[in-house]
Amino acid sequence: MTIRFDANEIKRDFPALQRMVNEDVPLVYLDTTATSQKPKKVLECLSYYYSNSNANVHRGIHTLAEEATAGYESARTKIGEFISAPSAKEIIYTRNTTEAINLVANSWGRANLRSGDRIVLTEMEHHSNLVPWQMLAASIGLEIDIIPVDDNGCLDLEVYEKHLDKNPKAVCVTHMSNVLGTLNPIKEMATQAHEHGAVIVVDAAQSVPHMPVDVQDLGVDFVAFSAHKMCGPTGVGVLWGRYELLDGMPPFLGGGDMIKRVYLRDFDTNELPYKFEAGTPAIGEAIAMGAAVDYLKGVGMENVWEHEQDIVSYAMERLEEIPGLTVYGPEAEKRGGVTAFTLDGVHPHDISQILDVDGIAVRAGHHCAMPLHERYSLVATARASFYLYNSYDDVDKLIKGLYKVKQVFG
Amino acid sequence: MEDMYREVILDHYKNPRFNGELDPADITYQDDNPLCGDMIRIDLRIDDNNRVIECAFSGQGCAISQASASMLMEDIQGKSLEEIKDYTREDILDMLGIELGPVRLKCAMLSLKVLKVGAYGVQEWIED
Repeated sequence: MTIRFDANEIKRDFPALQRMVNEDVPLVYLDTTATSQKPKKVLECLSYYYSNSNANVHRGIHTLAEEATAGYESARTKIGEFISAPSAKEIIYTRNTTEAINLVANSWGRANLRSGDRIVLTEMEHHSNLVPWQMLAASIGLEIDIIPVDDNGCLDLEVYEKHLDKNPKAVCVTHMSNVLGTLNPIKEMATQAHEHGAVIVVDAAQSVPHMPVDVQDLGVDFVAFSAHKMCGPTGVGVLWGRYELLDGMPPFLGGGDMIKRVYLRDFDTNELPYKFEAGTPAIGEAIAMGAAVDYLKGVGMENVWEHEQDIVSYAMERLEEIPGLTVYGPEAEKRGGVTAFTLDGVHPHDISQILDVDGIAVRAGHHCAMPLHERYSLVATARASFYLYNSYDDVDKLIKGLYKVKQVFG
Repeated sequence: MEDMYREVILDHYKNPRFNGELDPADITYQDDNPLCGDMIRIDLRIDDNNRVIECAFSGQGCAISQASASMLMEDIQGKSLEEIKDYTREDILDMLGIELGPVRLKCAMLSLKVLKVGAYGVQEWIED
């Protein structure tokens, strides 16, 4: 295995990873899939903004307003470059991935879909890429086709082809499963969708933080992701969309900033990206998302991805050693740094609770993917997930902790 | 926190008392906590004086939810429905003998919720 960088070195950049839990136990943070920790540079950026440049963006003439606007817009440019977007005008700030998908469903969906039209979803989606479409389907009368998950934890692409033969208008799919870790073949799926005239909407909440993502190379139409899963703050996320599509869409939320001109009974819509940014946005958080991008670029996304591949391979190897433990999803080569598992005779809540005694943070539950758990006849799993700051030592501590869980419940 | 897995709790989890279903039963009710996947069903047989003569629980879930159900079944033997109505969150915590945070409190209280809603149709269950 190649170690491109020292995770323990990286760990020093993250203040929260220095803390103790239960008085004197060092934290082992294995819950990045839910939200990542934040490096000092991002925290300093937030603090600097609110201490020095805090002002509302756009239309301000004074120094602070100019600084705020410049920071807000330069972060947009950085984020656009990070995912190889052709133009920063295609970067729409939202609250998070969920809001970005709701924007597409409500704006693009209501303008382009009619009763009886079909859309394709998958069995491994996070609720954020299911519910907005279910709500739209109920409201305007859409037919939903589901791509099932096969026994290896991958999408059944033969069924996908069959669904495409029914000429759906949209395919909504996650780039990487937040439970199984499965990396879906988005580029191929996009080509196929386009051959059938469908638009492809990608939930990239788990891919953009962990691997190089080039939206042009993927050939997709919409991509949604959140800052807080990629070393940035909560409260800000991004919708990227192809310019022609975004330009043709009606606004989502109405209010300040999204207008060019307002009359008493009518308004003219602003241009992209402001058309979709109604009201005062999360300015400091957007600027700090730019700082998170700078941080990740400094480490290098190729390096982040390779490191996580090493860690997840090692973790799966060690986890599978434990008698009675089942890891769900595909082999390490086909997944990102996520491992959801169960342990015979122990509820995932109890696993998480006992691990917490040793400072090990894992999540327990359905991870906002109830239909996927249903597919495996599970009510819950425990999930350990990894990021650039996790080391082999963290995996060893997890394994040791799991043996302790077995001992308690033995 | 080590206390959360006290011997008595693990014992009730591994060897649940009054575990199973009653057929027929005078009262049967079940509910779940979809967030974590805990499920409890409680069956009761009551006599003419509204006293519990037999009870059983079944279900699945974490050690806290299942142990609290087992302890509760032990405790309500021979109690009247009127007495059951007076059971509080504190009674459950006393049985468990531990302190719980907001997330695990829901696990611990599921059996009491099922019992009260089943026995009395008490819908205004105090969640927290």
